[in-house]
Amino acid sequence: MQQRAMADKAIEQATSVGWRMNRRDIRFVILKWFRELTLIPVIVVLMIAGAIVNPVFFTPSNLINVAEGGAALGMVVVAESLILLTGKFDISLQGTFGLAPLLGAWLIAPKASQGLGTEWNPWLGLLVVLGVGLAVGAFNGILVVKANFNAFIFTLAMSILLTGLQLGWLGGQTVYNLPQAFIYLGSESWVGIPVAVWITVVAFAAAALFLRYHRAGRAMYAIGGNLEAARAAGIQVDRIRIGVFMVASVLAAVGGLMQAGRVTAVTAGQGSNLIFGVFAAAVIGGISLDGGRGRMVGALTGVVLLSLVTNILTLTNISSTWIDAVDGAIILIALGLAKLIGTERA
Amino acid sequence: MGEADHVFKSFGETRALVDVSLDVRAAECHALVGRNGAGKSTLVSLFTGLGRPDRGAIQLAGEATPSLADRGAWLARVACVYQRSMMVPSLTVAENVFLNRRMAGEGALINWRQLRSEAHALMLEWGFDLDVDQEAATLTVEQRQIVEIARALSIGARFLILDEPTAALEKAAVDRLFERVRRLREGGVGVLYISHHLEEIYEICDRVSVLRDGEMVLSGPVSNIRQAELVAAMVGTAPPRRATEIEAVETHGALGETRLQVRDLTVYSRSGSVAGVSLSVRSGECAGLVGLRGSGSATVADAVVGLVRPRSGTILINGSAVEPGQVHSTLHRGVGYVPQDRHARGFAPQLGVDENLTLALLDRLSRRLGIVSYRERTATARRQIEQLQIVARSLDQPVSSLSGGNQQKVVVGRALAPDPNVLVAVNPTVGVDVASKEALLDAIGRARDHGVAVLMVSDDFEDLRVCTRLLVMVRGRIAGEFKQPPWDRQRLIAAIEGFEVAV
Repeated sequence: MQQRAMADKAIEQATSVGWRMNRRDIRFVILKWFRELTLIPVIVVLMIAGAIVNPVFFTPSNLINVAEGGAALGMVVVAESLILLTGKFDISLQGTFGLAPLLGAWLIAPKASQGLGTEWNPWLGLLVVLGVGLAVGAFNGILVVKANFNAFIFTLAMSILLTGLQLGWLGGQTVYNLPQAFIYLGSESWVGIPVAVWITVVAFAAAALFLRYHRAGRAMYAIGGNLEAARAAGIQVDRIRIGVFMVASVLAAVGGLMQAGRVTAVTAGQGSNLIFGVFAAAVIGGISLDGGRGRMVGALTGVVLLSLVTNILTLTNISSTWIDAVDGAIILIALGLAKLIGTERA
Repeated sequence: MGEADHVFKSFGETRALVDVSLDVRAAECHALVGRNGAGKSTLVSLFTGLGRPDRGAIQLAGEATPSLADRGAWLARVACVYQRSMMVPSLTVAENVFLNRRMAGEGALINWRQLRSEAHALMLEWGFDLDVDQEAATLTVEQRQIVEIARALSIGARFLILDEPTAALEKAAVDRLFERVRRLREGGVGVLYISHHLEEIYEICDRVSVLRDGEMVLSGPVSNIRQAELVAAMVGTAPPRRATEIEAVETHGALGETRLQVRDLTVYSRSGSVAGVSLSVRSGECAGLVGLRGSGSATVADAVVGLVRPRSGTILINGSAVEPGQVHSTLHRGVGYVPQDRHARGFAPQLGVDENLTLALLDRLSRRLGIVSYRERTATARRQIEQLQIVARSLDQPVSSLSGGNQQKVVVGRALAPDPNVLVAVNPTVGVDVASKEALLDAIGRARDHGVAVLMVSDDFEDLRVCTRLLVMVRGRIAGEFKQPPWDRQRLIAAIEGFEVAV
């Protein structure tokens, strides 16, 4: 009897309220955006702190410097965020970040500046950079997705391998004296703003639009949210996940190219320890480590925050040997803040 | 050994047990039967100390029960062998038997030789043939049961509860299990035997008790109770509206061509293997595939949509064979799929209602370069929301925050949104309220009338009212067919339990 009464109540509710949908429940939309932009107040606070610490902070040249410093990191954050959304991750992006531009540079630079001496056409070198990214991504993707290797330990090993190759080939040296085409991304400016910054902003925007409007982008959220549900809905989950690994590695390779262009050389250490900042930026920005949750806007605020921190630390003239420790402490604080205000749910 | 004395137990509004009394004596095998939801698991949880009765008392070995927190005291009196494994897979049999226990004369360190020899002696004592050094992960279901029984006996429990022990066993293993149960009985152990297979009860049990809707409706020596009486007690007199027949709605659409064909399907699966099943479903028809859990009915559905790869056999959609084990290519051929477990496979919890409803037709919603048309997505989602009467705050409300009924509607809507030719639905109304159930079944009935070939796998008899034909599966094979609604509950249950081959 009780059950019957409950059922009647449910039916009554359904008919009286109706299943008409509120087109846009305004409050809900605001709430959703609020979650993505919770880092904005933190960033504002940091900027005020920066201004107090050193008047140089608010000069255009310093702000451009911040943006330029964050550009290469940003590319890798876009890459890692895409992979995180599908519920995997890739530590070896930092290896690709270093190795891909190194191989390109090695093939085009003359022997005198630590190149191989083949002195290939710079454009060919650029193709090599992208090709290395694509190949590493495909290898990681196939082995993690198809062969079901654990993403953490597999990409960690790959990262060690790639970084080791980089060190081995260079023997601790630096490839320099690179042609203009090769360093263009990291050294030129358009209307006063570095090309690298433009490209990174475009990458963020493209990724955001892709995730929102492309069927594969929507499928990525479904895969990260519930892999089996996505599979049962007929989504080609393996193909998409491998594709994401490949795209991400290419983005990391481009990020590495920016870095190389900025310092007009490829060092043996390029990329090492980068991945921790990448994860930190993505997670602080609301990208869930469990997959399926988070947006590019959030990840972008994460990158901005970390870049500001680095810049302010440099401006305070802290001894360079202490920068890493302070950096780590600040990432921890930012994570705590993100947890408090609810962007970090990993 | 174990006795329940007029126990009552409620969960919120649901009265799970009402004035139930049952006693299991030493050297007795006592069967407990009842349909799903009759209260068997609740009773087991009271006997094993996972819950306390609201009223009434449980006694073990003639004494009042220990406090719920004292797990050790419970384990020394009663043990339940569940269908799920309760062992540490990476340890050996001997280690599992003596897990977290200290043997006589042992200090903080483990005496490996003593551990092995005691485990071995235990196996010998009860006549179990098992290598105690074997790793638990490599054990078969049958061997795993042996270890769990041995473990319970070694702790000192003489009251064993076997929860559907034969569900995953082959015929020969079932016979060996019976042999072991008889030996336990001779050794003075009291066994509470829970099973859906009534013929087993007649083979090894002394007494039988039947639960229905939380009440003990029949109890007595097996020899005095005929099978028909047992079935009648389980089914009960249905409420007057439903009578003893399951009401069937009228069908409107005419039967069309064969849309789905399964030929000689053989699948190996832990959740129920399938051996040589053939069936076909025509447009405008709803074939119900019914069977106990583990009978393989759900496995047939999974194989049809490609979630499991069959060992042999072919599946044809609209007359042409599909690539086995490829979900996306099967679904793209016009198959809608409602998975068994909505949380595991039904939806992506954080995504919105609209997104989940349209997950299976992203391809069709996208325009040039794969850009998804949000306008069409909204329109499609609205259509399903209206058809299924989904109650949501907004189109993009996360499905995880919906009620169970509405979540299930989203899952069914996702399957129906692409206008499939074939709909494969497994337990499409599981765990939903009465109103949602009506809405879901109406939607499936409408799809059928519009010419969709529906294959419905369900263990809920109310779902069967939209079916036009029933196939009964028993132990991986199709054991009978009911061609004409309305369905006779008694005969249907008897067929499902494996008694009578209905034609």
